[in-house]
Amino acid sequence: MIGFLQRYGSELADGLVNHVVLTAIAVGVGFALALVLTLLIVRWRRLETPIVAVTGTLYTIPSLALFALLVPITGLSLTSAEIGLVSYTLLILVRNMLAGLDGVPADIVEAADGMGQTRFQRLIRVELPLAVPLIIAGLRIATVTTIGLVMVTAVIGEGGLGQVLLRGFNLQHWDLVYGALVMMILLAIAADLLLVGTGRLLTPWQRRTATR
Amino acid sequence: MNGVVAWFLDPANWTGTSGIPNRTIEHLQLSALAILIAALIAIPIGLLIGHTGRGAVATVAIGNLGRAIPSYALLVIFVPILHIGFTNALAALVFLAIPPILINTYAGMRGVDRDMVEAGRGMGMTELQLLRRVELPLALPVVIAGLRVAAVAVVATATLAALVGGGALGRYIVDGFALRDTPQLVAGAILVALLAVATERAFSLVERLAISPGQRGTRRGSSPAGLAPPSPQGWV
Repeated sequence: MIGFLQRYGSELADGLVNHVVLTAIAVGVGFALALVLTLLIVRWRRLETPIVAVTGTLYTIPSLALFALLVPITGLSLTSAEIGLVSYTLLILVRNMLAGLDGVPADIVEAADGMGQTRFQRLIRVELPLAVPLIIAGLRIATVTTIGLVMVTAVIGEGGLGQVLLRGFNLQHWDLVYGALVMMILLAIAADLLLVGTGRLLTPWQRRTATR
Repeated sequence: MNGVVAWFLDPANWTGTSGIPNRTIEHLQLSALAILIAALIAIPIGLLIGHTGRGAVATVAIGNLGRAIPSYALLVIFVPILHIGFTNALAALVFLAIPPILINTYAGMRGVDRDMVEAGRGMGMTELQLLRRVELPLALPVVIAGLRVAAVAVVATATLAALVGGGALGRYIVDGFALRDTPQLVAGAILVALLAVATERAFSLVERLAISPGQRGTRRGSSPAGLAPPSPQGWV
């Protein structure tokens, strides 16, 4: 174990940091884009079908194919990797955000209107907070999925731990391959727990009703 | 773009082992066999768990575990045992396909109205008759949705099999990268994307046809968003 860490420790650590950065950019940008798309749908309901169709098709395209299609345009670069990664988060996030906003009870919306809140105030103070549990659920799935997909970006020269795994595979160093895999799974579990914790912090009223 | 068109028009790319027809057949054979084996394992278990209600916790745990292990990793971890090639790819794809099929079969069974099962029981149906004539027809669309998710994931991941020495359409992409042959790379990507989208559409159609006649027209709620679809690449 100590020998293993001496040999591969710094390589795995670099891969891990790179993996976290790639994931964070993808989920961050994906979240912002998905929020915009969701708000567009909420405002103009007619947009729901085309937006869901487009994000759904993006979601169906295999990752290796999507990265391959991007290479002639954006090259073997971080941009190619991120465009691919972001496009896979959109369907998951839009679906959950929309379900969250649609799930706000009608009488609560009416109460907000009755209190004289503007549409924007109602969104920020009432609807979004109540949608938090489903938004967090979407973020959890998107994040864990992205952590796995980052591995595939190794084929276009990115990849974080995927790069480490690919190197291990090419050199037939199986301990390095499994090391990279275990690190990735631990990262996925840690990210998931972090998001669960964040969700709890953002919805203190749920905790109160739970303990009552 | 011209290069891609020329690649598709080149007769050499339409014949032999590395021709488009043969690579597509390889891709479909590998995918279909994996789905078939996974379905033969997962559907009976899902039906049993759904019918008896036992083992649900374990089912959900397997599903979540499946989500955490990326398909790329599945393709690599069996190599030391199964070595590079068809068997290795097949084993990885079967493991990839089991969780969505299992989870959906179970979810479909759980979604069957208990009153209907009780009504069937009241009519004197045996447990097997209940399963075959009440629960299965009602659960079928959800079961097929699981097969759809699994099939799309498997078709997508069969592409990655080329990274570990498999044939199939992924070959064009991997070779395209290795040889810096952009037309081949893009052509391969287009073929794979089309195949994945076609798979999705085909299963969606079957899913709609599978809705029991008695259930048609009743508005069914969409699946809970918390159970979002497994990832495109599968449970990557």
